[in-house]
Amino acid sequence: MKRNTALRTRLSVLAATGMSAALVLTACGGDGGNGGDAGSDGEDLNITFLPKNLGNPYFDTSNAGGAEAIEEFGGSYSEVGPQEATPDGQVQYINTAAQQGEDALVISANDPSAICDALNEARDVGVAVVTFDSDTSPDCRDLFINQASAEGIASAQVELVAEQIGGEGQIAILSAAANATNQNHWIELMEAELEANYPDIELVDVVYGDDDDQRSFDQTAALLQTHSDLDAIVSPTTVGIAAAARYISDSNYAGEVAVTGLGTPNQMREYIEDGTVEAFALWNPEDLGYLAAWAAHALATGEIEGNEGDTFEAGRLGEYTVGEGGEVLLGDPFVFTAENIDDFDF
Amino acid sequence: MSTNTQEHGTQSASSVAALARPSQMSTAQRLIRNVLASRETAIVLVILAVIAVATSMNQSFLFSGQGWRDLLLTPSILIVMAVGSAIVIITRNVDLSVGSTLAITAYLTGRLFIDIPGIPVVAVVLIGILVGAGLGLINGALVAFGKVPALVVTLGTMYIYRGAVLTWAGSDRINASDMPREFLRLGTYQVATIPLLTIVAVVVLLAAAYWLASTRSGREMYAIGSNPEAATLYGLPTTKRVITAFVVGGALAGLAGVMYAARYGTVSSGAGMGWELQAIGAAVIGGIAIFGGSGTVWGAAFGAILLMTINRTLPIIGIPDFWQRAVVGALIIGAIVLDRYLSARQSRKLQEARQR
Repeated sequence: MKRNTALRTRLSVLAATGMSAALVLTACGGDGGNGGDAGSDGEDLNITFLPKNLGNPYFDTSNAGGAEAIEEFGGSYSEVGPQEATPDGQVQYINTAAQQGEDALVISANDPSAICDALNEARDVGVAVVTFDSDTSPDCRDLFINQASAEGIASAQVELVAEQIGGEGQIAILSAAANATNQNHWIELMEAELEANYPDIELVDVVYGDDDDQRSFDQTAALLQTHSDLDAIVSPTTVGIAAAARYISDSNYAGEVAVTGLGTPNQMREYIEDGTVEAFALWNPEDLGYLAAWAAHALATGEIEGNEGDTFEAGRLGEYTVGEGGEVLLGDPFVFTAENIDDFDF
Repeated sequence: MSTNTQEHGTQSASSVAALARPSQMSTAQRLIRNVLASRETAIVLVILAVIAVATSMNQSFLFSGQGWRDLLLTPSILIVMAVGSAIVIITRNVDLSVGSTLAITAYLTGRLFIDIPGIPVVAVVLIGILVGAGLGLINGALVAFGKVPALVVTLGTMYIYRGAVLTWAGSDRINASDMPREFLRLGTYQVATIPLLTIVAVVVLLAAAYWLASTRSGREMYAIGSNPEAATLYGLPTTKRVITAFVVGGALAGLAGVMYAARYGTVSSGAGMGWELQAIGAAVIGGIAIFGGSGTVWGAAFGAILLMTINRTLPIIGIPDFWQRAVVGALIIGAIVLDRYLSARQSRKLQEARQR
């Protein structure tokens, strides 16, 4: 079994809300046997959610989605987790879940390898293991529910900005650090997308705020000063988008220069309310938890084994197919606007 | 011919005499001389040159409401911190913990608004200053009583304070929507086009300048920094003065933390990381001798303005990120080299004047 952790990247987005958010895209592997014992009845499935830590608004949101799904297919939902987001804190809960004979464990891993042994012991006694938000190595879980693909993230942002400036004008990108793998990959994809489909949008500058509030703020000021005809700033990092919005919200540029990108509702609420920002993207953690619970259901009932090409039903989200490396992609990023931002608290 | 030489000789003799005994010059002469020869004037000229270049590249740098506001607003917080650092450095000490202090009070500001809804802004500002002063007192006490070099003590507290805010805040952050709008508005509020934060910085500067230049305790700061042993032998309250310097430096960092929260609207545990070095850099560029005893808070403030204005100018001229930092480094080294050169020349001249 070849394990190829192709892209382990830190998403500044989530550093903000407390998850280290390793987007582990695995290219290959993942046929590590299936822990879900077939034959369980959907009516009495016991599914445990194990977030990185308790009291984290992001996981409160995702686990609420999980509880909703479990209620729909009629199982029992429980949530356990450590106070601090540490791998050793998660191990005891994994062991407990195995001893109690839970049908499935849905976990956001604090470490890709440190909890592997515990997870595999649980799988040996028939617990289906689904990771979401942050993956482990593919050989210690059955499925990984991936929140977003790089292509999806890039095209969502291009669409948002194109919509907000009417398909033509000058835009600039305010990124994280100049060597941030994720952001650079997205920026490349965004550039390609702009070139291919939006000939009237000119990307005039890419600047780096280092995911530091003050530096991002000052870089925004410099951008606006340097490019007097700028129509929009796109920031594919939560720190950057909040800083850009803060600067623009009480400057003369308010209402003239659009701000969009990737943000969290709590950070952006103020600027959505005062009209500085029309819409921004991220995934919907509630849907992520919802899908993870349905995936756990499909494994535990034996509907699927977690192999590439398996398909399963996920309630209101429709049908999903297991991709390469036992990965299930949630879908396109979710767009937050004034209409829906109050439904979220993370 | 001979008269000419004679005259020349007299003139040079009198100017040399004046160097050794400045009191022989008239007040006006001294004032003009001080202004022309001062380090502060040189920096103001550099700042004006930078602004002129930036404005010629981009009119709106100076001649737009936004440009004008940013010009004044951007350096404000660093001015407050640089003044604090200058006071500490003048006593031949250094405070590396001010960036961490800023982080603590900035985060505290947000927490106060969240945990005590409706708390008056004035109370938050006062608490911020007091907490900063308290953290400064810890530094001061360790340095003054523990007789540990300030560099070591404050390097330690820099990590301890940062660790405290990391533990306290974790990955949590204060968002703009957590703080009342009227507080955030203070961050950009303008009185007759002058931003409020700039006014705060100027008031701090004026008060500190008056204290250091015109009061007994202020002058003693210089004496202690010039020669700590002599100051002690002379009977100056060195322990008390050094602690005072750290308390004032800490209080100003605390104030800067509150200003930071109002200005940036977002506070994470990484706030103010590296600001201690910027504040010290500003002071050094502004002519504060790193070994204490000379320089003015005016210089430190101008140094802060220069640093921040250059930072804003370089992207306009089109200089990439890396070089922006390199320029700051070059400025600091240039300032210190100039400092050494000037003080060596000054002492040589004084020697010559005395030998006559």
